[in-house]
This record gives sequence, C-alpha cells and structure tokens, in this order.
Amino acid sequence: MKFLCIECDAQMHFEEREVPGDGTFAAAFRCPTCGRRIALLANPMETQLVGSLGVRIGGRTLAEEPLELVRSAVLGRDDAFKEEPAPPGRPAWSPAAQERLTRVPGFVRGMVKKIYLEYASDREIALITPEVMDRARTELGLEDM
Amino acid sequence: MKFRTYHQVAGDDASRLGEQVAAQRSRIRERLRGVRRVVGVMSGKGGVGKSYLTAAMAVGLMPRLTQGVGVLDGDLKSPTAARMLGAAGPLHLDTDGVDPAVGLGGVKVFSMDLLLQEGQPLRWREPGTERFIWRGVLETGALREFLADVRWGALDLLLVDLPPGVDHLEDLAELVPALTGAIAVTIPSEESRRSVERAMHAARESKVRLLGVIENMSGYTCAACGRTGPLFPGEAGAALAQSFGVPLLDRIPYHATLPQPTGLATLTDALLAVLP
Repeated sequence: MKFLCIECDAQMHFEEREVPGDGTFAAAFRCPTCGRRIALLANPMETQLVGSLGVRIGGRTLAEEPLELVRSAVLGRDDAFKEEPAPPGRPAWSPAAQERLTRVPGFVRGMVKKIYLEYASDREIALITPEVMDRARTELGLEDM
Repeated sequence: MKFRTYHQVAGDDASRLGEQVAAQRSRIRERLRGVRRVVGVMSGKGGVGKSYLTAAMAVGLMPRLTQGVGVLDGDLKSPTAARMLGAAGPLHLDTDGVDPAVGLGGVKVFSMDLLLQEGQPLRWREPGTERFIWRGVLETGALREFLADVRWGALDLLLVDLPPGVDHLEDLAELVPALTGAIAVTIPSEESRRSVERAMHAARESKVRLLGVIENMSGYTCAACGRTGPLFPGEAGAALAQSFGVPLLDRIPYHATLPQPTGLATLTDALLAVLP
C-alpha cells in the first residue's frame, strides 16, 4: 500500500501508528514535500486481515517471535509451553502492570511479557507500568497485547 | 487519471510488506535446511484414515531412516497426530523456536492438538463478524509457523498430514518450494476415487510430484479368525495408481483392534522404494 500526495505528486512516508486496543488500527503518513499528514484508520475486520498475514503496517520494529501468529491469534491452553524464566536484573513490574499481565491469556503471556521486557530494557526503563505497556503497544504496533 | 497509480510510484510500499513476507519464507527455508525430504499426505476426502496412516508410516520408517522422521499435523481443526503418536506437551519454547514433542519410536511431532485445551475446538481471537475473510489466511499462517518455528533439526523425512480438500497441498507447495512430493490416500469406493482424483489433479497442476497411492480400509480383518473380508466395494487405489501412472504403495485392511499405529512392513518397504 502506498500513499500519494496528489498536490505534490510525492509518495507519503509512514510516520507513526496507533493501536488503541479496541481491535482497530491507525497509521499516520506525511508528505515529504508539503508536510501534509493523513491518517489511515482500519476497522477491526481490516486490522485482523492484515494481522492474519503475520505482517506489520509500517514495517517490523521487532523480530518475529516463534509461533507469534499462533500464540496471539489462537485461544490455546495455558500450559502449552514451558518457557525459560527471564534472567534477574531485568526491568521490574509495577503491581498494576503485573495485574494487567495476569489478564493476558497464559497461552500468549510469555511472549507478551518478553516483548515488554525487551522494550523497557532497550529504552533503559527501570519500571514497567501500564503506561509503558500502552506506549510499547502503540510504538511496536502490537494488537491484542 | 490525474494522479499516478501504484506501479507508477517507484518507491517501496511504506510497510515493506513484500520484504516481510520474503523474510517469513526465508525462515522456513532456514528451518528446513536439515530436513532431507518433505512429503504431504493428502486425500480429497475425509475419513479415509490419512492421519492413522501418516503415523503408521512415520513409525515404520523411523528405524529405517538414520536421521529420523517427523510428523507435522497440518489439520488444524481436527488435529490428531500428537495423541495418535502418544506425544504430549508442554513444549519447550525460547527465542529461537519451539521443540517438537516426541512420540512413538522417537518420531518428532507438532500438532495443534498440543496447543488446544482438551476437547476444545480451534478458536481464533478475532472480531466476531466476517470470519470467513481471514480464517483461511490465519490457517495458512499457522502452517507457515509450524514449518518455520518448530526446531525440526536433522530429519530424513517430514510427513505433513494435510486436511481433506485440494487447496491445502497447494498452500504447502507454496510455503515449501522444495516439497519432495505427495502421497494420496483413498478408500476403495468409487466416491473416494472421484474425490481423490480431483486432489491428485490439483497436485499435478501445482507441479507437486505424486509418489504413490495408498488404499486404506481395503477389506476388514476379523480380530477373531484373522481372515480378511470385503468392507467397501470398488478398487479406487488401483484405478488411481493406473490413471496417474504412480505406484499403488499398499492396500491396507481395516483392523478394529489395533490400538496404536504400527509400522506396516509392506508399506514401509514400498515407501523406501519411492522416496527420492
């Protein structure tokens, strides 16, 4: 998908995305010539269709996790996987963030936790809070996490 | 038209979707680098015992192939391979991938069966409407991940048990361009012959090499006296083999009392003869 600024006859650049958590998706594009911005707003069906391909609008900022699509899309059993615990010294979780994490189905929780930990580590964030989780979800384009 | 169209705009699409899809295919190639052969087990018809035979082929071939055999259960909605081969989770998973379960005779297995709650159907986390639009895409995506993210390691043969229908083999052939071939399973009846014939034609159209036909439930073997009598009328296996110029690998009678897949000696020998 390409966006063309008709006035400038220039291809618009991807700028940022929003994942509000209601199954929809938004992405902003900017014209490099005139600076005009437009937003692509996808309904849940369109968002799901793109997600089903295992690709990310705006490009991938994280390497694909093993069984990423299956774990994020299937309602699976909580004890399906035996995952290695995160090494000590990683960012800590606030009680509110931990509580929110418990609401993530066990089938996908390990992957979600790892993604947030890496996001926080990369940005030297010492404490993961719900706000950090929201920011990560939007920046990384994560749906249902 | 007053503005340029997609192909007239030279730059990549902003999401580089082509690159993302190419990366997915590359993951499959890398993961299957140690797998010598990938063979699809297919049938146009359900209920012909394809999954049982896939398990039996794996168990039979395991001691005859030095690097071992794996079974990928491509039937996401009715997965049975793990249970049939006595394999169970939990599965070890890390950043590189997930280890397959190990079943009868050391056969490596991966199946949706290992991921779902006991007795629960496959359910996708999805908006509740227009499901038909993306369900097929998700299913192909899941098969892609089973190929790309399971640590199959070095194998002489990976058998992919495909659900009934003609399109699943085509999906597999797209995901695994180096697909070794396919084995078709039928029962003797004319209805099965017609259905499997369509699937075999579809395989040919997809340039998938047909390795042979197995006729299952080719008679009924009495558990008490051991004699085999008729079960279904027809000779679909022989007819399909002749029509497509491929070997009839075996005709296997139904045994009501076989609790687990066992290596079928004649079938194992026939498979070893046709595997390139």
